[in-house]
Amino acid sequence: MTDDVFAPWNDPGQSPLIRYANVTKKFGEFTAIDNVSIDIFPGEFFALLGPSGCGKTTLMRMLAGFETPTSGIISLGGQDMGNVPPNKRPVNMMFQSYALFPHMNVWDNIAFGLRRDGLPKDQVAARVEEMLRLVQLQKFAKRKPDAISGGQRQRVALARSLAKAPKVLLLDEPLGALDKKLRQETQFELVDIQEKTGTTFMIVTHDQEEAMTVSTRIAVMDEGIIKQIDTPASLYEAPNSRYVADFIGDVNLIEGDWRGDTLHWAEGQTPLAVQSDAPVGKAWLALRPEKIAISKDQAKADNAIPGQVIDIAYLGNLSTYVVEIPGGQKIRAQATNARRLSRRDITWNDTVWLSWTSTAGLVLSE
Amino acid sequence: MKMSRFNVVSLTLGFAFLYLPILILITYSFNESRLVTVWGGFSTKWYGVLFQDERFLGAAWVTFYVAFISASIATVLGTMAAYVLVRGAKFRGRTLFSGMIYAPLVMPEVITGLSLLLLFISIGLDRGGFTIILAHATFSMCYVSVVVSSRLVSFDRSLEEAALDLGATGWQAFRLVTLPIIAPAVAAGWLLGFTLSLDDLVIASFVSGPGATTLPMRIFSEVRLGVSPKINALSAILIGMVALGVIVASLTTKRAAQRP
Amino acid sequence: MIRRVILWPPYIWLLILFLLPFALVFKIALSDYAIAIPPYTPTFDWADPSSWGATLGALDFENFQWLLDDPLYYTAYLSSLRIALVATVLALLIGYPMAYAMARAPAHWRPLLMMLVILPFWSSFLIRIYAWIGILSNEGFLNMVLGWVGIPPLSIINTNTAVYIGLVYAYLPFMILPIFASLDRIDPSLLEAAEDLGCSRTEAFWRITVPLSKAGIFAGCFLVFIPVVGEYIVPSLLGGSNTLMIGKVLVEEFFNNRDWTVASAVAVVLLFVLVIPIVLFQRSAERRDAT
Repeated sequence: MTDDVFAPWNDPGQSPLIRYANVTKKFGEFTAIDNVSIDIFPGEFFALLGPSGCGKTTLMRMLAGFETPTSGIISLGGQDMGNVPPNKRPVNMMFQSYALFPHMNVWDNIAFGLRRDGLPKDQVAARVEEMLRLVQLQKFAKRKPDAISGGQRQRVALARSLAKAPKVLLLDEPLGALDKKLRQETQFELVDIQEKTGTTFMIVTHDQEEAMTVSTRIAVMDEGIIKQIDTPASLYEAPNSRYVADFIGDVNLIEGDWRGDTLHWAEGQTPLAVQSDAPVGKAWLALRPEKIAISKDQAKADNAIPGQVIDIAYLGNLSTYVVEIPGGQKIRAQATNARRLSRRDITWNDTVWLSWTSTAGLVLSE
Repeated sequence: MKMSRFNVVSLTLGFAFLYLPILILITYSFNESRLVTVWGGFSTKWYGVLFQDERFLGAAWVTFYVAFISASIATVLGTMAAYVLVRGAKFRGRTLFSGMIYAPLVMPEVITGLSLLLLFISIGLDRGGFTIILAHATFSMCYVSVVVSSRLVSFDRSLEEAALDLGATGWQAFRLVTLPIIAPAVAAGWLLGFTLSLDDLVIASFVSGPGATTLPMRIFSEVRLGVSPKINALSAILIGMVALGVIVASLTTKRAAQRP
Repeated sequence: MIRRVILWPPYIWLLILFLLPFALVFKIALSDYAIAIPPYTPTFDWADPSSWGATLGALDFENFQWLLDDPLYYTAYLSSLRIALVATVLALLIGYPMAYAMARAPAHWRPLLMMLVILPFWSSFLIRIYAWIGILSNEGFLNMVLGWVGIPPLSIINTNTAVYIGLVYAYLPFMILPIFASLDRIDPSLLEAAEDLGCSRTEAFWRITVPLSKAGIFAGCFLVFIPVVGEYIVPSLLGGSNTLMIGKVLVEEFFNNRDWTVASAVAVVLLFVLVIPIVLFQRSAERRDAT
């Protein structure tokens, strides 16, 4: 580990800022969170990623104090938060709906939390101005929330929740209401602001691209449990399950019998060579589309399968080919369109070869 | 969501305040004794006395036909007015029109009653059931139009446009698309008009003439002198009818909502 | 085209049965009392346009002068306004907690609670006020209950107290419903945000809930205040001889004294008294519709 890589989770000397220890939350009979433990370190931009209803919002709301765990402990900076009411926690939240007070202007919205702390007037004013500068909304200070655009509202919400300089900022689907282009711009702004303020951010999102773009680490959740916690790159390149592989990015899964060096996937077909130390038995080969090469002639590679082109999706920067291989499974392969006017000689119903190296895929046994 | 004790207490006390007087009234309608303080035992005697009183039966008939006809006129006119106000293009006198729709809702009844009476006298109209119908239809249509226009505002205009796009004439679009969708509001408006008419004392007292006494007028002239067991019985019947109507209405709407 | 056809029937109906009667009230308020049929002068001779000028010339403000001179009238106006104000405040104090509790009730209860508030509105106003006669009269239900616990009887009927009880009782639903509607619309995450930013529950109530239900409070207060000023039934049945309300004065002036001109003047002044709250109410209603 070199010093300039930010990875406190790999450093045994670091102590976590937020610790969920065996947290379970039940709503009546329904278990929303099932025995979850997470450590989050100061300065992290931590994402909770999962489909709607997976419990990610509940997990966040427990840290804010709006839900109480059925069992388990949530601590912040070593202090158990169990009996601390939401208004006394050094945590602020940016709500999915932004929850801007409609009867107050932008300035008063941002000042709201500071005034509750009984700060003197000039300090409140100085801090609000600083926040307005941070989100570049000085001109809109006197507007009411319904007189500014969605993107501006989002920034007011951010400024308001950052104004009290919380130890942790919680963001509940912060960009969900923005259109795609604005969302992408704002993602980088968020990272920028997080780095400027040094605050620990925790974000809830169902958008894997967003989680990948902004966060240092991602916890992938499904039905109240955590499937995997890792950096975006590790999640993409080394998912621990089909669920994670499928949720993060696009993947082809080929089912077969894993014998330690080859995967036997169909009667009469050459077994697929993979380098993996997964336990032998039933398993899946996970292959990202961009790791598969497509050609008209049989290429020299560790693995090569013939197939027929069913569909081609031209996306501009790249093309996705859907190829039916022996046994009827459809495999997606991607090729970049590096040259502008190249003749793309592969077309519908062509017989093609798919090929990849033995290190391109991953064997998953669950 | 759990309710705090304060909320439970305020709801309990509030609803007790709203409903206890009615319950007491119904209970005493079955009192054998004439006096409130004396419970003379359970009896339906006063109901018998009531049904033998022809003045009450006559008043009930007047009230019913006045309410029925005035609510029907009000529903037709009020629906038209709502349609014009919500869907219509701008026309000259629109402000005056919407003012005349909303003003009767907040107008003191004594003023409405007085002004209509003066009109009927000055044009030499014989006062009776007919003039009460005119008066009731006038203020009921305003309520109908408010109820119907709130429904019209909330429903998607593109439905009408789709009908026009598919070749319907304006009238067909109204009859085949708009009317079925606003029908519940129109029905609610009719019921509201009917109830308002049944309920009205002040305006009817102004504009009625000899021979047209409505039930509220009859009741009022009796109860000015204090409690009357006959009126207790009548009240119990009227409240029972309202309760029955509301139960039937809520059951039918529930069934309609459950239908796939 | 079809819209033109739909427009005319309600328009003409309202012109004849709403606007014209008002013009008539104004005109009679400016006429003089006469022992005749109809009991005022001058009367328009519609058939003879040449007499119109003279008729208009005979109109004057004498009846309004009369309203100013006789203390009965202006004390009745003031007393009506005062009674309406007190009744409105009482209804707000009772209605707000109820509306708040309803908005806080589990979602599946809310339709039932709403119906329970609306239900009394469907049953006769007169009967609901009448019910209180039996309760408040000297030998009534309340004194009977008080007698059981050994409290000496109260004489409430025919006092202003009885009038307040009756007014609050009859108009409470009009206070509750708009307040409930505005409370129900408040996004619960606003209260969470307030708490998140350091408010206690009580503080969040005063800083967020109350300001955001202001429109409902205004609507409720106007819906109670405006009709109560002209109320006739409640003071007639529950009030006493010293309960002075302008609606009652108007009816008595008209039916007992047969003084149409003064009654009309009373109505015109009442209308002017109510114009301000009515306009305020319309404004706030339009603003609510716009959002």
